Amino acid sequence: MKIKVIVTLKNGVLDPQGKAIQQTLNGMGYSDVKEIRQGKYFDIEIEENDETKAKTKVEEMCKKLLANLVIEDFKIT
Amino acid sequence: MKSSVIIFPGSNCDRDMDVALKKFGFKNQMIWHNDIELPKSDLIVLPGGFSYGDYLRCGSIAGKSKIIKSVVEFAKSGGLVLGICNGFQILTETGLLPGVLQQNKYLEFICKNIYVKINNRKNKYFKNIKKEILELHIAHNEGNYFCSNDELKLIEDNNQIAVTYCDKNGNLDDESNPNGALKNIAGIFNKDKNIFGMMPHPERMIDKYLSGEDGSVFFENLINNLK
Repeated sequence: MKIKVIVTLKNGVLDPQGKAIQQTLNGMGYSDVKEIRQGKYFDIEIEENDETKAKTKVEEMCKKLLANLVIEDFKIT
Repeated sequence: MKSSVIIFPGSNCDRDMDVALKKFGFKNQMIWHNDIELPKSDLIVLPGGFSYGDYLRCGSIAGKSKIIKSVVEFAKSGGLVLGICNGFQILTETGLLPGVLQQNKYLEFICKNIYVKINNRKNKYFKNIKKEILELHIAHNEGNYFCSNDELKLIEDNNQIAVTYCDKNGNLDDESNPNGALKNIAGIFNKDKNIFGMMPHPERMIDKYLSGEDGSVFFENLINNLK
């Protein structure tokens, strides 16, 4: 089955890339863009039919490798 | 004194480090990341470079490579582990050092000489060192040190800040901070001061004709402290 993971920077952690993208969009005329936080997206194909089990495994992967919990949060969907 | 430099795919300062260590008297060996056991060593060095192409996060994949288990065991038993640049990033990714190295504040790869101030001399790396300020070289895109406020308090309380970016005279300010690092941190120790990671490259400053000699001051002092 396919599990999706989104990794984002925690609130309060500086995101210079997000800031640069936001400023660029503002410069392009999208003046209503107030903040952008850039993140990562993972599509994980896992050989497991039980959704709960699969998500538990992916959660472990997030904690061990996919996210650095010092600065990042993750969301599994 | 025996040292080992670990080579990861994408390391590119491994041979410079080998030259530097040998120049100051270390009997150095190069160790491949797929090896499992470390040879008997007084110092393990994780060199600079772009291990695994900086995929996912700098140092994250190297932090899971086969040799790392032995490096962690060596470090936890009190062995000296030095991480330079990408090596520092690997040490934070393995959890041997606290915090993380984020992208530079102004999103630029920085390659230039900088000054660092030595903050703590009560350790094998800086005990008896003749200088207070070293001129070293940095070349990185992710050197912006960051940790949580709680972690920072612990680091400060335990005197873990090893070197900080400063100007020629040792003043710490925003102008002398090249990458936006928290508290101008260029390098930190673990609590026991046997693990040391820093972004600047001492191995690039060992020849008066090519660069400068403050790296020589560092390595010469280090081997003397280990004798």
